[in-house]
Amino acid sequence: MEHSIYRSHILVCGGTGCVSSGCKAVQVALKKSLKKFGLEKEIKIIETGCHGFCEKGPILVFYPEGVFYCEVTPEDMDHIVEEHILKGRVVEELLFTEPITKENIPSYMDIDFYKKQKRNILGNCGKIDPESIEEYVATGGYEATGQVLTHMSSEEVIDEIKKSGLRGRGGGGFPTGLKWQFARKSDSKKKYIICNADEGDPGAFMDRSLLEGDPHKIIEGMIIAGYAIGANEGYIYVRAEYPLAIKRLQIALNQAKEYGLLGEDLFSSGFNFKLQIKAGAGAFVCGEETALMNSIEGKRGMPRPRPPFPAESGLWGYSTNINNVETFANIAYIINIGAKEYAKVGTENSTGTKVFALTGKINNTGLAEVPMGITMREIIYDIGGGIHEGKKFKAVQIGGPSGGCLPEELLDLKVDYDSLIKAGAMMGSGGLVVMDENTCMVDVARFFLNFTQSESCGKCTPCREGTKRMLNILERITSGKGQTGDIELLERLAKMIKKTSLCGLGQTAPNPVISTLKYFRHEYEAHINEQTCPAGECKGLLNGYVINGEDCIGCTACKNVCPTDAISGERKEVHTINKELCISCGACVTKCPVDAIDQA
Amino acid sequence: MKSLDELKALREKSLKSIQTRSTDNKPRIIIGMGTCGIAAGARKVLSSIMEEINEKDLDIVITQTGCIGMCEKEPLIDVEMPNEPRITYGHVTPENVKKIITEHVINGKIVESLAIAKMES
Repeated sequence: MEHSIYRSHILVCGGTGCVSSGCKAVQVALKKSLKKFGLEKEIKIIETGCHGFCEKGPILVFYPEGVFYCEVTPEDMDHIVEEHILKGRVVEELLFTEPITKENIPSYMDIDFYKKQKRNILGNCGKIDPESIEEYVATGGYEATGQVLTHMSSEEVIDEIKKSGLRGRGGGGFPTGLKWQFARKSDSKKKYIICNADEGDPGAFMDRSLLEGDPHKIIEGMIIAGYAIGANEGYIYVRAEYPLAIKRLQIALNQAKEYGLLGEDLFSSGFNFKLQIKAGAGAFVCGEETALMNSIEGKRGMPRPRPPFPAESGLWGYSTNINNVETFANIAYIINIGAKEYAKVGTENSTGTKVFALTGKINNTGLAEVPMGITMREIIYDIGGGIHEGKKFKAVQIGGPSGGCLPEELLDLKVDYDSLIKAGAMMGSGGLVVMDENTCMVDVARFFLNFTQSESCGKCTPCREGTKRMLNILERITSGKGQTGDIELLERLAKMIKKTSLCGLGQTAPNPVISTLKYFRHEYEAHINEQTCPAGECKGLLNGYVINGEDCIGCTACKNVCPTDAISGERKEVHTINKELCISCGACVTKCPVDAIDQA
Repeated sequence: MKSLDELKALREKSLKSIQTRSTDNKPRIIIGMGTCGIAAGARKVLSSIMEEINEKDLDIVITQTGCIGMCEKEPLIDVEMPNEPRITYGHVTPENVKKIITEHVINGKIVESLAIAKMES
């Protein structure tokens, strides 16, 4: 007999994060175990998009109970199937353990990481099969499209988006409704909608997760935008480094076409809309809207001067509206719940929620969707579970290479577009890189400058040459060859590059240097004046390590990890480091259980 | 897609594909699957429940639990209708599963002859 109702659904995370931690092998083993116990007709396996809790992947969620298992291996599958599915016992050792309380948490929604989030936009990610349009429709999908096309004029749609207060989630924070209005007003004889999915900030992966986990939501947002501005054609510009996102998006586009949700005369409204994917080669500058359009046109990805703005003259000279993935993901939600209700979440000038990618020295790395106006402390400590290995927080880098580093004093800053700008950072696409006491802020600035420098398209001299000079100076400082006057030189170059570059890449490239100079100037000074790296990270400035004889317990942990055999000493006796052999790699420091190793 | 009604019809048809992922306000059947339950034939009972709900196309939460201590009366199943007490049935066989589902789950009438306990929820 054919079984269409299953007693349990096992959701296997199939986001890129979990793929890299081995979810495919888990899925194969799970299928085998179900077969072994004769359960394959009672239990359905669904591969979903990202659950957001990438730190703990691979992740399995068992429904109807909603039990959340993490860091599972293929070897666990027989046990988990026999215990959970057959005998009804939760497998304690595979549950999530809260990093602070050490408690085992069985249910998905009771984990702090999820409890404190507001998953309005990510709601479907990890809950539905992204390759099934039916599951999306079952959750209320395409309802907003239908409502808009049958009951609203394009002006009403734009008004609704304006009233919602939605601002661009790609970084700049420009009001979306207003942007649409500009394109609407253009009398261009053809118009385009573009979805900017060229997510390039190091550490940011919210757009990828949305495309992989809930692609129809983006398509819906684009159809509505197309109707609002009067465009019948659209492009989704995704970088080729996101093969899974492209694959799922293509499946979604095909399904939408099959059901007549893309194509001609949608909902008998006379409105036609078609969409296609354009895979970009993955240049950071192509995230800039005018460079992106050049790339679609087959030209080299370089920015064009603005004005004219894309709303007047964009793709192939026609009026074009570009929004980011997450912005489009908000559209159907706004139409469904209404602008007024939407604007109740967040702050006065930054409404709704924002998805942040938590990375760096934080316990719970992953994706978190939070209401605007939440404090940085809540994101890092309550959702992120605090700093790795109980270390001290030093700074958080927000907004990617265009953003800035915020110090501990600003942990209680309310996160919204305007307060971040005021503090010298920016929302950016929402990457949060957390740094602990062992991170050197000069080195962080060097890292980001290195990134923007190699991603500079070379069109404008200040960006092409200026970032190179700044990088040279930073490299000089971190290798112990800093000179008096370097700080002032950096400041002068930064100001000049900001003022004279054509596009956002150049205008924001000096930001990491400016913000670290603002909040961590003493670290720069220590590098230059005292030839020391306070965080102990810049190898060029270290003179090896010494073991403090009073604290050493003779555990041999340092000796075992030393790559150059520079450490000697017997078990339970004080160890010593041979200065000649020590290469200052710091491996011993991270292993010492009693913090007995210091810089020489 | 030509109309909102067409979308609604698709939505209703598709709900089945995700119904197992929600438990809100649904009848629940809990099957004792401890060693004692399995030894007494709980596995067959569970299979027949699955067949029955597939045949009748019912939206029910099916969960399994370990031994609840009344091993003598296994296989045990509990039926809990929304906002109603939880009823335990003992010595359940694949044959009387049909009766329990038709009378209790569909028509809301407890099968007194098989019920052995009632737990206020």
